[in-house]
Amino acid sequence: MIERPPNQPPPAGEGVSLFGDAPEIDLSRGRVDLTLVRLRMAWRTLRDGWAVFVESRIGVLSLAIIAVFALMAFSHPILMATVWEPDVYDPVTGYAFDRFDHPAPPNWRHPLGTDSLGRDILSQLLFSAKSEFILGITAALVTVGIATTVGAVAAYYGGLVDSLLMRLADLIIALPGISLLIVLSALFNLNLFYLALIIGVLGGFGGTAIILKSQALSIRVKPYIEAARAAGGSHFHVIFVHIIPNLLPLSLLYMMFTVTGAIFAEAVLSFLGLLDIRMSWGIMIHTANVGGYLLSGANYWWLVIPAGASITLLCSAFYLVGRALDEVVNPRLRRHDG
Amino acid sequence: MTSYLARRAGQMVLTLFLIVTLTFFLVQAQPGDYATFYSLNPDIPAEAREQIKASFGLDKPLWQQYLVHMKNTFTGNFGVSFGHYPRPVMEVLAERLPRTVVLFLSATAVSFYVGFFLGKAIAWRRGGVLEYAATISGATLFTAFTPAFALMMIWIFAFKLGWLPVGKFLDPLIWRGAEVSANHVFSYMLATAAVFIAFAFLTLLAARKLGRLGTGRMPFLVIAGGAAVIPIVWAFTGVGYLALDILRHMILPIATLTLISFAGTMLLTRNSMLETMREDYVMAARAKGLPEKVVRDRHAARNALLPVITSLVYSLIFAIDGSVIIEGVFSWPGTGMTLLEAVRSEDLPLVMGSMVFIGLFSLLAHVIVDVLYVYLDPRIRYQ
Repeated sequence: MIERPPNQPPPAGEGVSLFGDAPEIDLSRGRVDLTLVRLRMAWRTLRDGWAVFVESRIGVLSLAIIAVFALMAFSHPILMATVWEPDVYDPVTGYAFDRFDHPAPPNWRHPLGTDSLGRDILSQLLFSAKSEFILGITAALVTVGIATTVGAVAAYYGGLVDSLLMRLADLIIALPGISLLIVLSALFNLNLFYLALIIGVLGGFGGTAIILKSQALSIRVKPYIEAARAAGGSHFHVIFVHIIPNLLPLSLLYMMFTVTGAIFAEAVLSFLGLLDIRMSWGIMIHTANVGGYLLSGANYWWLVIPAGASITLLCSAFYLVGRALDEVVNPRLRRHDG
Repeated sequence: MTSYLARRAGQMVLTLFLIVTLTFFLVQAQPGDYATFYSLNPDIPAEAREQIKASFGLDKPLWQQYLVHMKNTFTGNFGVSFGHYPRPVMEVLAERLPRTVVLFLSATAVSFYVGFFLGKAIAWRRGGVLEYAATISGATLFTAFTPAFALMMIWIFAFKLGWLPVGKFLDPLIWRGAEVSANHVFSYMLATAAVFIAFAFLTLLAARKLGRLGTGRMPFLVIAGGAAVIPIVWAFTGVGYLALDILRHMILPIATLTLISFAGTMLLTRNSMLETMREDYVMAARAKGLPEKVVRDRHAARNALLPVITSLVYSLIFAIDGSVIIEGVFSWPGTGMTLLEAVRSEDLPLVMGSMVFIGLFSLLAHVIVDVLYVYLDPRIRYQ
């Protein structure tokens, strides 16, 4: 940073010198340099992290799986607008008029067949991918937003705030989440957004907050926090500018695990028929189960396998990406030092 | 130790209090009125309706209702179930709780053992085929869609192969002529299991005290002998075939719950082992020339166990949730299935009762893990 003489007002503007012949002091340029340096450092961290991440083949494979599902989610509206006529291919209200034997096995017009109500399975599958992403990402963002703030605040202030927040977290950990969601679904109409919000809040004040707090504790005792305080930074400034950015890598890791949990919870509740959602992978299996097609095994595989495999694949992909990120964030797990 | 336990018990009561409060206000916050559920049920006679209303204080303001509800809950009065009228909620739950506990405890014990064993093996041989196979299959099972997986297990083992029954707790055809109730037989089975575990534990303890005599295969032979006595004793009681029927119904749910929950412990053990293996004492043990197996099991794995126990709380909660789903799919009449049934039929007293029981159950598990951790790690003192 550029030194500024004490007891002098800062330069009024760019290129304006208050001291006649004194060399021009350009504050904004210094800022730009610092931002550049920060960007370059962030880029380097990202590159090194990526190098470690790539080393885990499972992680890269899982990332590829997530990318495929994202493509599926994007392809549904495009297909609906171009190739698929809405009367036939709508995931909820469509009916395949070209067949009479619903559930129809896979054929040229319906690559994954139709369900017992004559709706196209592939269309349902693609449509649901989008809602799973919305659900998972919303829940993960809410969780991480709350957990990072709670963890940083609890670690920074300590004392009463800390014990209150941590006892709350203990309480939430002790609650079985799926059972609680089952009870909630009995009492209220849960739709996708409320479900994401509830999962996010439960996760954010629960286990994730405890883990992020323990990380924040180790950041809190670093010299630069003391320096920031000594330089006159407010509590708010220290928490949001110095502690939380250093928590973000670990937060990213726990986002992945939250996505897994959210998609799983949605699928279970939909399977039990307790949610107010138009279409999802869980509802597809629910429909097959209610119709009694599940125990016919491989005869009606297209009713179960695509949806079930999608849930498992997407859940485990997010989980394994989290595991691979764990090796990036936590150097002690790496195969080689460095 | 006593003061630590007392404090933990105090915290537990407080948490239970919060859970009861939470369920009460959730029920109050739902659209519709809790009181109308009682008074609109035509199965309940008028006098009984008045009596129930009075016992719950449903004509009083909310805060008084809350106090009465609190008192009723902590004295074990959850009201009368709508779906099982006129049985009290407490009676329904008391009948079903042991079944859940058995399902959950046996699955947890097996999955913890398997997970720990596999975890230390794959950490020891990093990068082998076993690691990839175990990680991928473990994570797939861990994230597998539980209901679909359970149904697949039913389809394979019960439907196609026909080895095991499809679901439920017992086979009515076998029980038709039986003179004893299922719960009666089941409680004797529980007693047998408890006696056997105590016997095995005492044998191992005695083997350790005996020194050289107790090493080797001797204690395991004694335990196996004890296990062999059990079927003989049951054969003489005359209800052995009934117990066998319940056992046959237990295998598939327990196996499924084990398969979906062992991976969590396995992956945790792997990470914990990887950290422990870098410690100096492991290198020292190797330098002493100890066999690889001893270094792995006695020096690395024992220290790697601690973080796994810490995270056991998460896997316990996972297993409790898992057992709710498994009970639903297998129609295993435990607390979880009771919750699902009650939720579907809007049997509110039963919903609240089973939620409180499931909460109590997970709290107990939580406390036991905490105490176990303090016992295992001598560095932690009771304060």
